[in-house]
Amino acid sequence: MKRLSLMLGLVAATAAMQSCKMKTAATAVQGDAASKTYVAPGKYDEYYNFVSGGFNGQVSVYGLPSGRLLKVIPVFSVFPENGYGYSEETKAMLNTTNGSIPWDDQHHLDLSQTNGEQDGRWLFANANNTPRIARIDLTTFKTMEILQIPNSAGNHSSPFITENTEYVVAGTRFSVPLGSEDVPISSFKENFHSTASFISVDKNSGKMDIAFQIVLPGMNLDLSHAGKGPSHDWFFFSSYNTEQAYTLLEVNASQKDKDYIVAVNWKKAEEYAKAGKGKKVSAPYAHNTYDEHTQTATSVIENEVLLLDPKDCPDMVYMIPCPKSPHGCDIDPSGEYIVGSGKLAALIPVFSFSKITKAIGDKQFEGDFKGIPILKYESALYGEVQKPGLGPLHTEFDGRGNAYTSMFLSSEVVKWSLKDLKVLDRAPTYYSVGHLMIPGGDTKKPAGKYLVAYNKITKDRFLPTGPELAQSAQLYDISGDKMQLVLDYPTFGEPHYAQACAASLIKDKQVKFFDINKNKHSYVAMGEKNAKVVRQGNRVDVYMTAIRSHLTPDNIEGVYVGDEVYFHVTNLEQDWDIPHGFAIKNNPNAELLIMPGETVTLKFVPEKQGIYPFYCTDFCSALHQEMSGYLRVSPKGANVPLKFGTGETAETVAAK
Amino acid sequence: MKKQAMFLTAIAAVALLVYSCGSGTPPPAADAPAADSSMTAPAQASSQTPTDETKGMGKFAEVKLTDPLDQTMVTSGKSTYEVKCAACHKLSGEKLVGPGWKGVTERRKPEWIMNFVTNTDEMIDKDPAAQAMLQECMVRMPNQHLTDDEARHLLEYMRANDGKK
Repeated sequence: MKRLSLMLGLVAATAAMQSCKMKTAATAVQGDAASKTYVAPGKYDEYYNFVSGGFNGQVSVYGLPSGRLLKVIPVFSVFPENGYGYSEETKAMLNTTNGSIPWDDQHHLDLSQTNGEQDGRWLFANANNTPRIARIDLTTFKTMEILQIPNSAGNHSSPFITENTEYVVAGTRFSVPLGSEDVPISSFKENFHSTASFISVDKNSGKMDIAFQIVLPGMNLDLSHAGKGPSHDWFFFSSYNTEQAYTLLEVNASQKDKDYIVAVNWKKAEEYAKAGKGKKVSAPYAHNTYDEHTQTATSVIENEVLLLDPKDCPDMVYMIPCPKSPHGCDIDPSGEYIVGSGKLAALIPVFSFSKITKAIGDKQFEGDFKGIPILKYESALYGEVQKPGLGPLHTEFDGRGNAYTSMFLSSEVVKWSLKDLKVLDRAPTYYSVGHLMIPGGDTKKPAGKYLVAYNKITKDRFLPTGPELAQSAQLYDISGDKMQLVLDYPTFGEPHYAQACAASLIKDKQVKFFDINKNKHSYVAMGEKNAKVVRQGNRVDVYMTAIRSHLTPDNIEGVYVGDEVYFHVTNLEQDWDIPHGFAIKNNPNAELLIMPGETVTLKFVPEKQGIYPFYCTDFCSALHQEMSGYLRVSPKGANVPLKFGTGETAETVAAK
Repeated sequence: MKKQAMFLTAIAAVALLVYSCGSGTPPPAADAPAADSSMTAPAQASSQTPTDETKGMGKFAEVKLTDPLDQTMVTSGKSTYEVKCAACHKLSGEKLVGPGWKGVTERRKPEWIMNFVTNTDEMIDKDPAAQAMLQECMVRMPNQHLTDDEARHLLEYMRANDGKK
């Protein structure tokens, strides 16, 4: 109770501090800020910034330093712009063991790495609610693979990766019973578990597979990061609710002074898995992949996973006490320092990997948590940053020996030195900052020029738009001794974590069009000559082509009410940035956007007779408006023969 | 109604052309209309750009013709035609989206044809004959990213279509 009132006191004090900062918001920006973010028309940004979309389930791509929104990539959400999740080719991407789930909560992102440096190949994204991990190809900005995670709930501490992208992890936020047994909630301590799933990534293709799951005591895993350099073999997860509460967590999960950072030796885990120390259990999960040659996604239900129990696998998992309800768990570029951020703690503990190794060797334990050894706090600790601010959440690094921590409660970014743990600078945010991002700031080679703070609550930054306001991202120049706020801009959804890399790493690898001759889609129309309409029972397949500026066929008759009509539209263009759209009147499905050289399918089941115009929805040429056609739908049983064509008129037919 | 729309579109397109010609230099990339593919990647003029204006602009300064026709090239050219060209070009003289192909090898030099089909954007922006065709057709020919071989085979197919032996 005393603790609760202390916390309330902290919150009140913080509110007062916030209101002071509000007054200084306008003066925080100095005169030359605009020139630092101005990217002239025709010039490119220096960085691609990939930002999680939070509750919109998407990923947005911004240019830095301009803050211009370049693209929204649909990952865990259906998307009206291009028919993702609606087109027949992409429906399977959103399949799960509970059927299609066309929405999720997308929290964190990680760019693939080689030797601890960004390699610009893939971007990984997590779905928090129905646990899933996605892989996005950075040559096309398309979601290529989505893997469901069984034995998990609230897939929060993911998708963090190891130094060579050997593994992507998925750690549970909500502990749940493994399998589908029916147990009382009050049996949490006996029956509920958290799991850390290790997903292997194929070096060449990027294909993901669940290699093994480590079963941990019931608690909440929050964030994680892989070690690097000397700590290469390890993965670190922050945890809270080691009290194992299952009701009123805001009080009951804040009882203990310290929770744990869970240190997992994944190399050892890998060896145990290979040595058969694990147990294969039944656990159905969906594995969805998009084939770039057939341009079609398939969903396969996999049936089992390999569970590793720390009891059977000595030296695989250790607990490191960390004050208090730690959120971030961030590893510095050297791989030696592990920064835990207790969101309810008034200090930042920094652990030393070499001390951790020594403590394990010397068995400096202070007990165990459900059989997992707990290291002595002092024996693992490098030191504490004193009075950094309130509510430390997440830390990134600039590669020059400095760390930057976001302070949720006191709404600021605090810069401190890894060497002596002294606070060097602080800059206000507006307000309630969550994650921070420095391009490469979680790799061996950060580009310490910019820092972006992603704010969770935004009270007065932009023109008001009703009760919900746009969240804001704030860009700081961190190249000098003092951080300088240079720009803020609204973001899409509620961003959590983000990643950024030099534009040069991926800009020149962009796919400009798909080679039509390599199109292996089952319903491709290879040239207009092959455009046709085929009926089989009540299924009608339209092999349609699109090129500036007509669709072929553009007159179709002999389709009946209740038919299942599939429009397979092949874009015959071979030119950068000439997609064609396809939409048909009254279709309750969606519309399509077809990239040059690609085939995409729209299903349409007409419910009423009539003439249904269809057209290209993406402005493609001066004669774009003319790119249209008609489908005639006749009553069921009508005697209208199947007929299709382009350029045929009553006159030309009569002349024949 | 449709005719009127086309007429308006035609005026707009001509206006654009006049604008770009009138300035004496091609318009800067940022000013180009959205559907104009020339804004994405300026065509790279090769050092081999022919000096003879009737040969167009691009990497083909000299194209050696075969006599008799190379039937393998004709066949390969036909299949490229069917996938990438037939949507807009008829083999007769009749205009579809673009001009019919009948007689094209009489009207244009082989180098012009090869340059046009491989260096489409620069040709449409700068070559007088190509610009005249744009005013007639009102749709920029899509750059279909033909390889040099595909272009050559297509030329052979055009020659066959024009009755060369």
